[in-house]
Formats: sequence, C-alpha cells, structure tokens
Amino acid sequence: MITFEGVTKRYPDGTVAVDELSLELPTGQTTVFVGPSGSGKTTSLRMINRMVEPTSGRIAIDGQDVRDRDPAVLRRSIGYVIQQAGLFPHRTVLDNIATVPLLLGWTRRRARDRARELMEVVGLAPEQAKRYPHQLSGGQQQRVGVARALAADPPVLLMDEPFSAVDPVVRTGLQDELLRLQQELRKTIVFVTHDIDEAVRIGDAVAVFRAGGTLAQFSTPERLLAEPADEFVEEFVGYDRGVRRLSFFPASDLALRGDTVLAAETPSSEASAIARAQGEPWLLAVDAAHRPIGWARALDLDRAAPGSTLGDLATVGYGHVFRVGTDSLRAALDAAVLSPAGRAVGVDEDGKVVGVVAQAELGDALWAVGTDETPPAGAVRP
Amino acid sequence: MNGAPLIDWDWITRNLDDPIGTRLLEHLYLSFAPLLLGLLLALPLGIACARWRPLYPPVFTGVNVLYAIPSIALFFLLLPYTGFSAWTAIIPLGLYTLAILVPNVVSGLAQVPDHVRQAAVAMGFGPLRRLIQVELPVALPVIVAGLRIAAVATISMVSVASLVGIGGLGQLILTEGFRRQFPTPIVVGIVLSVALAFVVDGLLVLAQRALTPWTRDRDPVARARPRTVGAAKGGNA
Ligand SMILES: Nc1ncnc2c1ncn2[C@@H]1O[C@H](COP(=O)(O)OP(=O)(O)OP(=O)(O)O)[C@@H](O)[C@H]1O
Ligand SMILES: [Mg+2]
Repeated sequence: MITFEGVTKRYPDGTVAVDELSLELPTGQTTVFVGPSGSGKTTSLRMINRMVEPTSGRIAIDGQDVRDRDPAVLRRSIGYVIQQAGLFPHRTVLDNIATVPLLLGWTRRRARDRARELMEVVGLAPEQAKRYPHQLSGGQQQRVGVARALAADPPVLLMDEPFSAVDPVVRTGLQDELLRLQQELRKTIVFVTHDIDEAVRIGDAVAVFRAGGTLAQFSTPERLLAEPADEFVEEFVGYDRGVRRLSFFPASDLALRGDTVLAAETPSSEASAIARAQGEPWLLAVDAAHRPIGWARALDLDRAAPGSTLGDLATVGYGHVFRVGTDSLRAALDAAVLSPAGRAVGVDEDGKVVGVVAQAELGDALWAVGTDETPPAGAVRP
Repeated sequence: MNGAPLIDWDWITRNLDDPIGTRLLEHLYLSFAPLLLGLLLALPLGIACARWRPLYPPVFTGVNVLYAIPSIALFFLLLPYTGFSAWTAIIPLGLYTLAILVPNVVSGLAQVPDHVRQAAVAMGFGPLRRLIQVELPVALPVIVAGLRIAAVATISMVSVASLVGIGGLGQLILTEGFRRQFPTPIVVGIVLSVALAFVVDGLLVLAQRALTPWTRDRDPVARARPRTVGAAKGGNA
C-alpha cells in the first residue's frame, strides 16, 4: 500500500503543485491519477520514487517512509514508464530491458535471459532484441519501456502517460495488454493520464485532481461516473457519463427474447402468423447453425409470394452483434442503436444467436441500472 | 631553386628513413599527445560546465582567449621552462584543442534528451554511473565530431612548432627545404602532413562507427551532426 499523508509540494518558484494530498493506494491494484494539465499528477507520482521531494507531509510504501531509503536503491525497486518511453538510444532493446537487473548486480547473462523472457511477456518478437530503439515503432518502444520497468520484478509500477504518444488503435491494444498483464502480475500500479476514458478503463480506483493540486474525487470508476462529487468532476468526466457507465454492467442481465428468432426455411405464411401473434414488426432469420442471416419485416411477410420462406425476405442486415457472456450493456445499446430494425442481436461465444432485444426493452434495463447503487458482482470491463 | 626539378626522387629514396620517416613519426606524436591532453582536460571541464551552467560562459571565454594567443608566442614563452622538449609543443597545442573540445563536450551532453536522463534517474542510476553509462555514450557522436576537427587543426599546427626547432614535418620543410633552397623536402612535408590529417580523420570516423553502432542507420536529421563549434576560427600561427 502506498500512503500519502498531507503531502504538499511547493516548487522553489512558489508554485504549489500538490496541496495537502492524502490518499491510500491499495496493494496489487491500479490507481489512476487523472486531471487537467498542471494539476500535479506527475509531481505526485514522482514523489513516490523521490524524483521530487515533498515540501511537507509523508509518503510511505507498506508503512515505510520513502525518505528512509536511499533514492537510487528505492528507485530500483519501483518500475517507471514515461510517455516517450525514455529508452536509452545507445542500447539495444535487450540491454535496455536488462538495465535495472544489471544495476542490481545480476550477471550479464542472467539479466539478458530475464530480458528475453520479458520481451515475450510484453509481446515483442525475439528478432527485435538486437535492434536499437529508433528502429522500433512508437507502440513497440512503449512495450520495451514496460518490459524495462518490469525487469527486476518490482512490486510497484509508476506510469506517467505511458500510452498518450501513440495512435488510438495502438493505445487500446496497449491498454488491453496492460490489463492482461495486471491480471497475472498484480502489481501496485500508479497510472497518470489526462484521458478520462483511459482512467475508467485501466483503473481499479481513480483519483481526480483539480488545478492547484487538490483531490476532487477518489473512487471506483463506476462510482465516478455514477456520482461525480461536484460540477468540476462532472464536467471533467463528460456529460455522456450515463452511457459510458453502462460499460460496467454485463449484458447477460438483459432479458433476451428468442420467440422472434426463426429458421430461414420457415414458410413466410407461418412466420407472418408468428409475428402477428407476438405483435412484433421484425423477425430474425437464422441459418442451420443458428447464426444470424438478417431481419425480415412483418409487413413484407404478409405480402410475400406463396411458397417463399423467411430467408428470402430477410434482407435487412443485422448490423453488429453483442456477445451475451462478455459484453457490457453499453455494447448491447450500441448494437441496438445501430441496427436498422432497432433491435440488437445477442450471440454466444460461437456466434450462435441467443436472443434479441429491442431498444424499448433495453431502456428498462438501463433505467434499472441508473437507480442501482452498486454494480453487480463480476462487472465487466469496458 | 632555379632549374632544379620540383621533386628529386633520388633524395627521397636516400632520406626515406632518416629525416622523412623520423619527422613523420615525430609529427604523429606531436599531434597525438596534445589531443590526448586536450581531451583529458576538456572532458572534466565540459562535464562541469554542463552540470553547473553558470560556469560555462567564463570557461568558454577562457578557452577562446587561449586560442587567440599566437602559437609561436606561446612556444617562445614556454622555451625557458621546457626547453626544446616535446612539451613546448604539446602544452600550447593541447590548450588550443580546448576551444573546440570543451564546447563539443558541453553541447554533446546538452543534447541528451531530457526523457532519457529522467528515465536513467528513475531506473536508479547514481549521478556518476548515469554520466558514464548513459550521458557520455549518448553524447559521444558530438564529442568525436569535435575531436575530428581538433585533430586536423592540431596536425596542421604542429608544423609551426618546428619554427622553434621541436621537430615534426615542419622541421623537414624548414631545415631541409627552405634553408637549403631545395623544394623536394617542402613538397614531401606538405603531402605527408595532409595525408596524415586524412588518415587520422578516417581512423576517427572508423572509431566512431565502431563505438556508436546505434547511430549507423539513423535518418540524417536525427543523426548527430558534426558540430563546427570553434572550427570557423582561422588557423593559428
Ligand atoms: N520543476 C518545476 N519547477 C516549478 N514548477 C513546476 C515544476 N514542475 C512542475 N511545476 C508546476 O507544478 C504544477 C504541476 O505540474 P505537474 O507536472 O505535476 O502537472 P501534471 O498534472 O502532471 O500536468 P500534465 O498533465 O500537463 O503532465 C504545474 O503548474 C507546473 O507548472
Ligand atoms: Mg504530467
């Protein structure tokens, strides 16, 4: 656990970067510092490994004041990743990753073996070991940065906007990778960003900083979106927070209907009768493997030529589907909104249709979420 | 020189060993020693200036003022103390290289990217280790660029040292050629000292390639360009 107790940092020029910060960052969890530019996130982060010394207050890791430890020794036990990766241009990828083990006095051979191991962990191809940093893409450099930070297996990892210099697609990939790594490694991660979406996605807890270096709110991402502490936080998280918060609720809670999902071979007349009996304007045609083909309009079924089947009339695309087991309510809502039929198709892991849900029915579920105080256990990640 | 051929090959063959070879070796030694001395002084000076910035302006002025003193004057000034020993050439020439080497060491260190330095601190490098293992290696291309300029400048200046009778190819030009009105030694002296400059420069380029494999295929913009700090100054006589 990392504790900030009444920590203030005043720079020599008088700037108060951090003002009376008190915070507890739980072991094995990812805490995100988010906030506008200049709100003291980097300063707070750097006080943990003593790259910046607080003016007053105390920072402790597992109860031990960081000021009781030699700065260089302390830093070797804390991984650090920064925006431009900060890789050493004169060292190969392998030797960059081996940096901290070598500082700790490991043999070159052992340090390199460890570095090779980490290249695999962060998803770098072995051929890249002998390259120099400038020969890598931004995303690859960032991976090397993460590998270097992890090389000596430090319990604490500090990350200062590690993914903000890469394009959105690569960034999402790196975030996924970090989440996967963290599943296994359970490090105490402090992650700085000014992107609220990234904060909500990566963090187990989010600390929102405001200008002047004070804490505006400290809570779980879901609570942050549900109950912003004040106008500042509300504006900072964005007014679409309602929709974004749906990311925290699993789609598996939705009541899907299967009675409007019919085999493509069903004769039009029979399908038409079912639609009328259900009072449904749209039917979903599925193939023999129960995979979706398309939507058929009930009105068209009434007028269909005798002998035609549902499949002949299922001409409206089903859009994108959501996975019932793993996706969130947000994905289901998105699928429904984008569907020409106004209905979302839920599938299982094999792509077989589980059922469909109309926008109107989704509305009920969303409303229930809005009034729910706690997210359900096993809430899904966005 | 009337009527005599410019190059007397016979003379060259007869004197290949003694004056020519000896003078060439002397010249090499008289160039190499000041460079080494200069580098040994410039590194700590440059490092100190890079670390404590206010130190740099006075040091910069100091090394430039040194450079402005005519070498011949310095030689004569030192003669009473060092006599006709090699030191009489090595000390002034070594001091001259500072005008080129110190600014290069400083700018080499200054262009180490801040995020690289920060990362080194964050990894747990102490100040000395950071300097030796990160900052100096990253600054090396700029330092070697300065060394190349200093080497060529020194090789050309060593000839002047012969005016006070210290040796080198200048001696060949002066005593064998000029005094005896015989052009061959003059031509040989000039050709050899130019060739020496080329060879030494080439060797430094090769050394830099070997020491900084990481700069080899960088795009030309990112590659550390040879700094011409101090090179614009006229020759020193
Ligand atoms: N070395 C310094 N000397 C003086 N003031 C500083 C120094 N470093 C930071 N500051 C000031 O302290 C405040 C907080 O800076 P900090 O870098 O911690 O912000 P940040 O939240 O990380 O911002 P960003 O999102 O832009 O990275 C800013 O006003 C900044 O100008
Ligand atoms: Mg910052």
